[in-house]
Amino acid sequence: MAQRQRRTSAVEKKLVGVADVVITAAQRHRDPTIAIPVRSLSNVTFSERKGLIEMGKRKQARSFFNVGMAKKFMQTVLVADALCELQRANLTTSLREIYYRSKHTIKNSHENTLDTQDESDPLIEDLEVTLAALREELHVRAENAGSVVGPLVLVDDGDRVDCARLGKGGYSVPSIVEPEYLQIKKCTADFVLLVEKGTQWNRLSEDKFWRKYNCILLTGNGQPPRGVRRLARRLHEERRLPVYVLVDNDPWGYYIYSVVKQGSINLAFESQRMAIPKAKFIGLSSGDAESYGLPRNVGIKLNDKDIARARELLGYTWFQKKSWQAEIKRMLSSGLKYELDALANKDFQYLTKKYLPRKLKEKDWLD
Amino acid sequence: MPTRGRKLHPSKTSPVATQPKPAVSAVEMGARQREISVSEFFTKNRHLLGFDNPRKALLTCVKEAVDNALDACEEAGILPDVIVKVEAVANGEAPPPASQASRFRITVTDNGPGIIRQQIPPIFAKLLYGSKFHRLRMSRGQQGIGISAAGMYGQLTTGKPVQIISRTSARAPAHYFEVQIDTKKNEPQILEKKQIAWESQRGTQVTMEVEGRYQKGRASVDEYVEQTIIANPHVKLTYLTPEGDTKEYPRTYHELPPAPREIKPHPYGIELGMLLKMLQDTKSHSLSGFLASDFSRVSPRLAEDICKAAGLSARARPRDIHGQASETLYKAIQSTKIMAPPTNCLSPVGEKAILSGLYQQIKGEFYTAVSRPPAVYRGNPFVIEAGLAYGRGPEHGDESQESKPIALAEGETQENDHELARLIRYANRVPLLYQQSACVIYKSVLDTTWRNYGVSQSRGALPSGPMVVFAHMASVWVPFTSESKEAIADYDEIRKEITLALRECGRRLGAFLRRRDRAHSEFRRRNIFELYIEEVVESCNRLKGGRLPTAKLKAQLQRIAMRRTGGEKTDELLGKNGGGPEGLPHSIIVTPEGVEGEVPVLIREAPGGAMSPNGAPEDEAKAGKPSRPRGKTTGRATRKRATATRRKA
Repeated sequence: MAQRQRRTSAVEKKLVGVADVVITAAQRHRDPTIAIPVRSLSNVTFSERKGLIEMGKRKQARSFFNVGMAKKFMQTVLVADALCELQRANLTTSLREIYYRSKHTIKNSHENTLDTQDESDPLIEDLEVTLAALREELHVRAENAGSVVGPLVLVDDGDRVDCARLGKGGYSVPSIVEPEYLQIKKCTADFVLLVEKGTQWNRLSEDKFWRKYNCILLTGNGQPPRGVRRLARRLHEERRLPVYVLVDNDPWGYYIYSVVKQGSINLAFESQRMAIPKAKFIGLSSGDAESYGLPRNVGIKLNDKDIARARELLGYTWFQKKSWQAEIKRMLSSGLKYELDALANKDFQYLTKKYLPRKLKEKDWLD
Repeated sequence: MPTRGRKLHPSKTSPVATQPKPAVSAVEMGARQREISVSEFFTKNRHLLGFDNPRKALLTCVKEAVDNALDACEEAGILPDVIVKVEAVANGEAPPPASQASRFRITVTDNGPGIIRQQIPPIFAKLLYGSKFHRLRMSRGQQGIGISAAGMYGQLTTGKPVQIISRTSARAPAHYFEVQIDTKKNEPQILEKKQIAWESQRGTQVTMEVEGRYQKGRASVDEYVEQTIIANPHVKLTYLTPEGDTKEYPRTYHELPPAPREIKPHPYGIELGMLLKMLQDTKSHSLSGFLASDFSRVSPRLAEDICKAAGLSARARPRDIHGQASETLYKAIQSTKIMAPPTNCLSPVGEKAILSGLYQQIKGEFYTAVSRPPAVYRGNPFVIEAGLAYGRGPEHGDESQESKPIALAEGETQENDHELARLIRYANRVPLLYQQSACVIYKSVLDTTWRNYGVSQSRGALPSGPMVVFAHMASVWVPFTSESKEAIADYDEIRKEITLALRECGRRLGAFLRRRDRAHSEFRRRNIFELYIEEVVESCNRLKGGRLPTAKLKAQLQRIAMRRTGGEKTDELLGKNGGGPEGLPHSIIVTPEGVEGEVPVLIREAPGGAMSPNGAPEDEAKAGKPSRPRGKTTGRATRKRATATRRKA
């Protein structure tokens, strides 16, 4: 508990630092400016050695006395204020509540400090990277958007949660899974299977796949939220479990895999705590249609957006491995993408009974 | 061919006709075949003249009477003073409320030259009788159908005759007539005529009782009156509505439009049949003389050139030219280069007058007007004029400032500008209220890319925003798409001129909007920091746990802000950039501080209303208005004056 107190105060200090920027600049008759690391593809590098995406050194200045930035500057200070309030009260909250907390009409005008949540969300990310504080440390949580089931015992707020005894619904992964909030008590699984879609996770859970193959089933319902990624990382790190990723066969699926493995471009600074460089891509691979005899008519034609996205992926440094270039190019040349759901064309339980067992047996995955 | 046809015809039909019983013999048929009078034709086809439904009929009657009154006044050089009275009536009973009434009495009184006694019956009760059809001169009426058709409509629907009072001068007596039209013969029937005492010294009053429906809104009598005033600011009009209100529209422009001249037809504008008729009717004895004297812009030398080109003798008798020769002559005329027709036959409204009309009738922030130089279609000269009124007026702006404290919710914006612009169309100063989409003016407005001028516009729709677009075509012969004069036909030359005029208006509007936006953003720039400093200081104070000397921090930040925005210099700049019609000719800009531009001067007329026949110069002298030179300097000079007065205030 004492440790936790110190940690929060460190973040609080960082937030108060935003106010100090304004005060010192004002004393020196300078334009108050916050230097924010650039969060874009141009400012990330892929470290081959660590297998991670790392944030570069480029920063952008956000200064107050600049017509284009004045409002954003004001909003940034406002959001910092709201976050600081959260620290002092020791509460966690959602992005949307931060938005409402900071919203009010500016005195003597009919202008609102914030008009939509789209304005406040990036500001929180800006503060995360600027202050090098994680969102969890800022006490901002997302929805519980993931589920886990398997031979795993957790302790959440002092409650013992046995993920093997939660039926087919499993345990809903909270947004903050740091050791001080969630402890891994016991884990006897052999590997972690991270599934993109809830429907496939449900199928596997219902068929008790995890029992037969002694694994932990995780899903993030699309792009896995931070809680799910962090939990997978902890299982990988603390319990030495290999992580396999099962996604749709389309550019977005590939990207989900790469985010799990190397981290995202937007929040590259978090890769260190989130990324699992040894995660494996188990499927759906563009070669599976042939090797598993999926008929052509269950494929979906790639649209222009898909093609453009796939070309982008081909250019990313972390997709330069020969096997990956071949994988993406094969999808482009076939002109088709396949959803995981398409496996149901052969049999409702095809995924559980045929596809995954064969994949695991053949060790047919991409690194 | 015809002879053979006639021979064959009976032989072919006779077996059929003779067989069982002759249904109708040629003799019997012949007995039924007779002349149809124009009046009978129009009785059956009254929709051709604009009497399709009761609502439109009421409008048409008012319109015809007012058009005639204005034409008469202007031709006689009198500043028109017109009273329009529409009242609901019922046979013997108390009249129902205006919105439910089905019968109306229309009375239109003018101060025009009056009509001599003998001409009153045919003018009001004989179709196709008038002074305007046979000449090429710009006027509202063209065919001589209007007022008698209105009278005929009244007679058909209520059985009441048209009542006319007319007096030509203070010395002459006033004549009272009750006339009806004999629809079979198209001849007037006089039911009553007498001399009466009449309060007016000169003028005409027409009273008709017609079946109709009074409804406000689009294409109503009210709209017609309002639009008439916009294009005719030299008219003083009093409108007594069926609901018992009196609407006074004072004269805002104290000059009669220059009297249009009558011109001869231009050679490019005639067709072969017309040429043949003119060849027969001419008084000239030689072909070259005929060409030179009966057409405009044909000099004796040019006439000889035409004859040569056609291979005809210049001395040939015009009456002898027909058949092949006339056709070659026609072709020769068309291929000869002839100067465009004279344009003194036109009387455009004028930029000043349009501005004045728009300014008086429509609330807005920006007004502008453009008169195009004359152009020609099919040998007929015409002038296109366009105008714009934009904005909701400064009063509205004040209201929105008052409602400021209301906080805006997510997704809410300050202004909902979804209304479409209103288009008002005119032909020879007469508003066109029906068939907007068939009109070339409407098409031209759609074709103009208003987005270039800062006004949004969806595809295939009028531009949107608080805007009124004015467009006027003045011509000796306006090509209407139908007899009821509702839409102008689509000639390339006309469309091009309208588009050019609209574009010029649009450019000025764009300049105004851009300047207004710039002024706003300058103001915002300064405001922005002041507003946000407050917020930032508050937040910092909270971050620091409320232990911050806020006043000090605020002062420090404000000093930086002042330095960053150029300090006092911006104030000056703002004062200068506040707006003003600099570089915008023929425009008016209305701001909460005042009005700038060519603002019309309202002159109270001398009581008694006694007006000299050439009223215009006298009024001009009274006003003491210096006639300003036209062009760019006008705008600038007025602007300086306007700003000067503002500073003083």
